[in-house]
Amino acid sequence: MKYAFYPGCTQESTAEEFGLSSRAVCRELGIGLEEIPDWNCCGASSGHFLDEALADALPARNLAIAEQMGLDTAVVCAACYLRLRATRHKVAGSPGFGKELSERIGRPYEARYGVKHLLDIIVNDLGLEEVRKKVRKPLRGLRLVSYYGCYIVRPPDVVGFDDPENPTSMDRLLDALGADALDWGAKVDCCGGSLILSRDDIALKLMGGVIERAREVEADAIVVACPMCHANLDMRQKGSGPIPILYFTELIGLALGIPEAERWFRKHLVDPLDLLKAKKLL
Amino acid sequence: MNPSEKQVCDPTFAGRVRKESGVAIDRCYQCLTCTLGCDAAYAMDYPPNQIVRMCQMGFKEEVFGSSSIWVCTACESCVTRCPNEIDIPHLMDTLHQMALRDGAPIQVPSVPVFHKVFLVPIKQFGRQFEVMMTGLFMLRARKFSISDIRTNITLGLGMFLRNKLRFIPHRIRDTGAVKEIFRKTMEGGQK
Repeated sequence: MKYAFYPGCTQESTAEEFGLSSRAVCRELGIGLEEIPDWNCCGASSGHFLDEALADALPARNLAIAEQMGLDTAVVCAACYLRLRATRHKVAGSPGFGKELSERIGRPYEARYGVKHLLDIIVNDLGLEEVRKKVRKPLRGLRLVSYYGCYIVRPPDVVGFDDPENPTSMDRLLDALGADALDWGAKVDCCGGSLILSRDDIALKLMGGVIERAREVEADAIVVACPMCHANLDMRQKGSGPIPILYFTELIGLALGIPEAERWFRKHLVDPLDLLKAKKLL
Repeated sequence: MNPSEKQVCDPTFAGRVRKESGVAIDRCYQCLTCTLGCDAAYAMDYPPNQIVRMCQMGFKEEVFGSSSIWVCTACESCVTRCPNEIDIPHLMDTLHQMALRDGAPIQVPSVPVFHKVFLVPIKQFGRQFEVMMTGLFMLRARKFSISDIRTNITLGLGMFLRNKLRFIPHRIRDTGAVKEIFRKTMEGGQK
């Protein structure tokens, strides 16, 4: 199992622990990741907000390099994932558009290989049986809610390895890790991430709803697969006794007994160490 | 203002929107599914279903002047649920671009300012550079209130202490390729 790896900008800054844990977990699970050489930013929401042609050309350069590597691309950031998938989807549906785009980026791109989110790769390509076999420290007694957010599940004709309204892949993964995956109602709500700088009142209200739902089911932590959701929920949580926000890859690492896991958790603003120590997981 | 109070509508607007966006706005039969599932609708002056209707009817000024098109979070819920597969997030993108091009008055200017400054480091270095982007945003959106500054210092310090802030940009080797992409797309080369 080998993929071209597109880390995305946040993996080297605000979501460093997501990048570190993704790489460590893939090593342990035997998933090969070969970083796309000289990859560029996908343009995220701002690309498509301001210019459709730019929104396709920025991801396309990365996809074209991955195509030369002859590998499917693995993505960890949900926003990058949607942008790369959207461009691939358009080119796959229209070879004429592919030619136009190749011209713009100065490289051939024909959508010959796929783009997958790491959650999809672990749950569906590798399979949960494989994960289960490698669990050394089951996450017993940890009450978790899976927060999928937007771009892993929507829009379903472009992304979508799971149900857009009631996805279960992360829940099943947490179950395989031995945790208590709780059912709740805010799985696919939006955290308002794109407005966190420009209209933080809206983002804070949307995030507040997600956190309240997690509290209602008495979750110990919220599990995410998107660095934007993580940044918002981890950095801007208000009130006393905030809920830790954990990446699904960090929890896999913890359950597999990867020793550097503690270093990832030290990078969180809402400190999860007390919780994990109380549950005897660290 | 209620759209019906406005006397003049632009008879060419619906056609322009259809052509530029490629979105089949005419298929909307006002079931309100989009609006019922919209997490940002509470902050909009016209909910998404009304924006679609106003596009059909040619209420250009109201659409461009609305808060709705700027506070849409592009969460993709509406298009996921729309029984007629009307791509409202894509329609919103087209409306942003048309409004900016037309020089229309913008009700939530901090939103397009954010997106413009977001692209600055990308064009320069090929990657995002958060410190520069946030600084530029604060300056250009005039976020000078004490609470804005306090929030940013607190968050910046929290990230700095956890070694999550990079003060030197990561520059890709082929920055020229990315600059060329900008030139050929957004900056009006071949579209």
